[in-house]
Amino acid sequence: MSSSTKSSTDAPVLVEVRDLKKHFPITGGLLKRQVGAVRAVDGVSFDIHKGETLGLVGESGSGKTTTGRVILQLHEPTDGSVKFNGVELTELRSGDLRAMRPQMQIIFQDPHASLNPRMTVGSIVGEPLREHGVPDGGTIQSAVDELLTLVGLDPSHANRYPHEFSGGQRQRIGIARAIALSPDFIVCDEAIAALDVSIQAQVVNLLLELQERLGLTYLFISHDLSMVRHIADRIAVMYLGKIVELADVHELHNSPRHPYTQALHSAVPVPDPIAEQLRERVVLDGDIPSPSNPPSGCVFRTRCPRAEPKCASEVPVWTEAAPNHWVACHFHD
Amino acid sequence: MTDTASENLGDDSIDDLAEASAASAGAAALLDGSTPDELGVHRTLRSDVWRQFKKHKGAVIFSVILAIITLAVLIGPFLYPADPFELNVADANQGASWDYPAGTDNLGRDIVVRSMIGGRVSLSVGFAAMMTGLIVGVAVGVIAGFVKWLDAPLMRITDVFLSLPILPLLLVVLLFFREPMTERFGESLGIFLLVVGIIGLTSWMQTARIVRSEVLAIKEQEFVLAAESVGTRNRGIITRHVLPNVMSSIIVSAALGVASAILTESALSFLGLGFPADFPTWGRLLSDGKNYMQINIWRTILPGALISLTVLSVNFIGDGLRDALDPRLRGKA
Repeated sequence: MSSSTKSSTDAPVLVEVRDLKKHFPITGGLLKRQVGAVRAVDGVSFDIHKGETLGLVGESGSGKTTTGRVILQLHEPTDGSVKFNGVELTELRSGDLRAMRPQMQIIFQDPHASLNPRMTVGSIVGEPLREHGVPDGGTIQSAVDELLTLVGLDPSHANRYPHEFSGGQRQRIGIARAIALSPDFIVCDEAIAALDVSIQAQVVNLLLELQERLGLTYLFISHDLSMVRHIADRIAVMYLGKIVELADVHELHNSPRHPYTQALHSAVPVPDPIAEQLRERVVLDGDIPSPSNPPSGCVFRTRCPRAEPKCASEVPVWTEAAPNHWVACHFHD
Repeated sequence: MTDTASENLGDDSIDDLAEASAASAGAAALLDGSTPDELGVHRTLRSDVWRQFKKHKGAVIFSVILAIITLAVLIGPFLYPADPFELNVADANQGASWDYPAGTDNLGRDIVVRSMIGGRVSLSVGFAAMMTGLIVGVAVGVIAGFVKWLDAPLMRITDVFLSLPILPLLLVVLLFFREPMTERFGESLGIFLLVVGIIGLTSWMQTARIVRSEVLAIKEQEFVLAAESVGTRNRGIITRHVLPNVMSSIIVSAALGVASAILTESALSFLGLGFPADFPTWGRLLSDGKNYMQINIWRTILPGALISLTVLSVNFIGDGLRDALDPRLRGKA
C-alpha cells in the first residue's frame, strides 16, 4: 500500500513457487503415444512478496508466459507447488479454486485476442462481477462505470465493442477487467509488448498508479529488460524453462552475474551518447535450444561465452552469491 | 452516481420553476432522460442488429418475399375461392386461365390453392426439421469440442451417420414406424413428426462437425482463458464466449438446413414415402406435375418456383443475420 515498495523482501510472502514444472506432451505415431515433452517450465522457484513487483524477463520461448499461467492454474502444472497466501493452489478442487480466483488475475499480452469481439466493453468488464458479485455491494453497472473511469476510459463507452477501441484503450479494458474483483495479485503477461512505445509508457504508469492505489502485487512478465527495470523491484531472468538469476533491480543492473543476464543487459541501449559508444555488447550466437531436448548440465552452455567442460556435465547449483542475489552458474563470481 | 446527481439537479430546477405547467415539466424530465442516451451513443443490441440488417438489401427483399409466401400459405386458402381437395374431372388438365391462374391437375383441382396448402407442410417440415437437426448438431458439436474424452466417440458416431445411405434408411424407418406413429398421433401429425424427425436426425452431422471445429479453435483463444481466470463457469464460457462466436457458422448451416430439409421432404414425397398421396406438399406437386409438363407447364413451375424462392430467401436472410450479428461488421457499409 505504501508508495515506495522498493526492497520489499521483508514484506510477507504472497506467492510461493517451488520447483514448478510444466511439460507439454509430444505425441506421435499411429496410437498417439507420448514420445517426448516440451519442458516449457522446468523447475522454477521464487517468492513474490506482498506489494512488490517481480519482473520476469527472458527471450521468446523461455517459458515466461507458461510460468505466469501455471501460477494462476490456467495450465495444470506437471509438478511442483504454488502457494498463494499459504494456500496450496495445485491441490485445490475446481470449486475452491474458483473461489480463490478473485484474488489473482491476469492481464494478457494481446489486447485484440483477449477481449471477446462479441461482447460490449461493459459486459466484458462486468463479467467477473457477474460471476462473483460486486465486492462492495452496489450494482454491476455502477461498478463498471467506476472501473472504466479508474483506468482512464469514458464510462459512456461501456456499450461499445472492443473493435471500436485502439490498442492502448483495449489494454485498459483488459486492466479494468483484471482489477474488477479487487485482486491482491496480478500477472501482467507481456501486458505492454503489443503497444506503441508512447502508449507503453501510459499503460505502465497506469499499472504503477493502480499498484499504489490498490496495493497490488505484480508478476511483470516481459522480454524488455529496460521496461522491467523501470517497473520492477526485483527481477528474475529466465532461460529455457529455468530461472538463471534473481536479484534486486539495482543489484542486477550494477552487477549482473550470470552470462545470460550480462548479455541481455548489454543489449539495452543507454540514453547517453558517450556511454552508448562505450557500451560493450555481448552478442549471443544462435537461437534458444529446443525445450523438448534441452542441453545437459547448464541449459545455457551452448551459447555461453564462458562455457567449459564442467558446464556440460554438472547442473549449476542455485546459490546466493550476494545477499538476496541468487544465481545458477558455475562461475558466478 | 452521476445519473442521480443530474436527476436531482433536474428536480431542483423544475421545483424552481413553480409556474411551469405539469405538462412542460414532464416534457423537460423526458428530455433530460433521453439526452444522455442519444449523445452517449446508448445502443441496444436489438436496435443495432436491426439497423445493420436493414442495410443488407438482399436480406430485406427476401424477408418480404418469405413473409408474403408464408402469409399466402397460411391465410391464402381461406380467401381463395377454390377447394384444394374437390375433384372436378370436367376441368382436368386446364392451362392457365382467369378461372385457374395456374391451371388444374389431371383431376381438375386448382394448382394455386393446392400450392398454398402444400406450402404449409413444406414450410413447417423445412423449419422444424432444420431446428431438430440444428439442436442435435450444435449440442453434439459443442460437447465434442469441449469434453475431451467424448470428442472421439461423438465424432465417430457422426462419421457413422454420415456414411449411412440416407434414402434406404428413410425407406426402412418409414416402413417400420408409419403405422405406430399414425395410430399414436393421427394421420397427418404422425407422419409430420416422423418426417421431421427423420430429416432432422439425418442432417445434423455437417453442423456438428463445423461447430466442433470452431469450438476447438475458439476455446484456445485468450478471451476464453481470460474468462477462466475470472472464474467463469463452463456454462457461462459456452453461452457467452463460445456460442456467440460460432453463431455465424450456425446461421449459415441453419439456412442450408432449411433448404435441404424442404428438398429432402420433396424427394420423400416424390418417392411416395412421405405424406399420403392425396395430401399436397410442394415436392409432391412437383413430382405429380412432371408428367404433365407439356399439357400444363405451371403445374411444375409454381411449386418449383416456391421451393426455390423459399430456399433463396432463407439463405439471404441467414446471410443478413450473420452480418448483423457480427459487431465488427456492424456500423460499416
